[in-house]
Amino acid sequence: MIRKTVPNVTEALTGVKDDMTFMLGGFGLCGIPENAIAELVKLNIKGLTCISNNAGVDDFGLGLLLQKKQINKMISSYVGENDEFERQMLSGELDVELIPQGTLAERCRAAQGGFPAFYTPAGYGTEVAEGKETREFNGKMYVLEHAFKADFAFVKAWKGDEAGNLIFKGTARNFNPCMCGAAKITVAEVEELVPAGSLNPDEIHIPGIFVQRIFQGKDYEKRIEQRTVRTRE
Amino acid sequence: MLDKNGIAKRIAKELKDKYFVNLGIGIPTLVANYIPQGIEVEFQSENGVLGMGPFPFEGEEDADVINAGKQTITTMPGASFFDSAMSFSMIRGQHVDLTILGAMEVAENGDIANWKIPGKMVKGMGGAMDLVASAENIIVAMMHTNRAGESKLLKRCSLPLTGVGCVKKIVTNLGFLEVTNDGFTLLERAPGVSVEDIKNATEGNLIIKGDIPEMILD
Repeated sequence: MIRKTVPNVTEALTGVKDDMTFMLGGFGLCGIPENAIAELVKLNIKGLTCISNNAGVDDFGLGLLLQKKQINKMISSYVGENDEFERQMLSGELDVELIPQGTLAERCRAAQGGFPAFYTPAGYGTEVAEGKETREFNGKMYVLEHAFKADFAFVKAWKGDEAGNLIFKGTARNFNPCMCGAAKITVAEVEELVPAGSLNPDEIHIPGIFVQRIFQGKDYEKRIEQRTVRTRE
Repeated sequence: MLDKNGIAKRIAKELKDKYFVNLGIGIPTLVANYIPQGIEVEFQSENGVLGMGPFPFEGEEDADVINAGKQTITTMPGASFFDSAMSFSMIRGQHVDLTILGAMEVAENGDIANWKIPGKMVKGMGGAMDLVASAENIIVAMMHTNRAGESKLLKRCSLPLTGVGCVKKIVTNLGFLEVTNDGFTLLERAPGVSVEDIKNATEGNLIIKGDIPEMILD
């Protein structure tokens, strides 16, 4: 067994620097690497490019990094729900590249799987395709999109073991598996870190080979963005 | 004239047995409340769930189980969770049978705009571009006119496009229309709405063939 555990978030983030490119898992506030984000805020590194489906809300998730103006560029598919983000974007302080959600996921997976680029129909004929190579296959038009290049991927899983094997829960899975192994170093934080051998190999979602560092996360807030319920009859 | 629930009700009649359906945010979400009796459909949410159920009972919300609108949800028997790349494999690979989404503008050639108002509102396209570029079967749910009373069914979209030539059907508060080679073909009128009302509210080419029936909702 190749051990991937590190004792805490501080060691897990060794090597992060100004001007780096990070991938961060999560959809809205669901499945975000809360511990890694908190540590990045503490380290106060600047000039970051963040690849993440969303940009958090004003006071949680990536919104915390935006508040401290640590982010230069966001690559996302949807950035509503964040006033500070909108202000920085409209004033030009923040560079924003909006890309289709499926393209975002696939550009991560391409990096993970060793594909330099791929064709997708998403965005053809729109401003997303401007300046990009297009090609017809079987009578339909496609846009060439490239794999991401990133220094670190920060992901959050439900359970993980010492070997870096990961299991996700519910829709907190989202972009997290796609980002594992898609950056030079993948850091996984988990709600429950267990000894190797205690997870069933049949039930692993992401094999430890895609993860360089894993640590036991703590104090998860797991904030709900839209609490919707129905009443009992 | 239909309200939002009425639009959802009419669209729900387009659901067919064994359909996998992706519902966008807003009016489309309401379609789940009006599934016709006797058919089986499953709802896909692009954040990674197939077999989406209703909202949870109070106290049973799970922060790890949400839909693409970030609302807490439940799952139905037979449901599954998956990552975002697989989710969009379902969408781009045309395994999802029907996409229902909202729009700011639709053009008579089937172009759709729903993600950006330059200089004003820039929230992003989310999964909409993947959905409209891939789905064979797209129904748009929207109001016929915007808040200023201007038509949202246009000759050409004025806003940045989400997809080109992709919309097939549109249900608005005024009627049910199909995008055909020459423009918007009116299929049904909403209750109490005249053909003249629809003409006045439609900027794009409106095709009216014969008597246009009033839609039946129940």
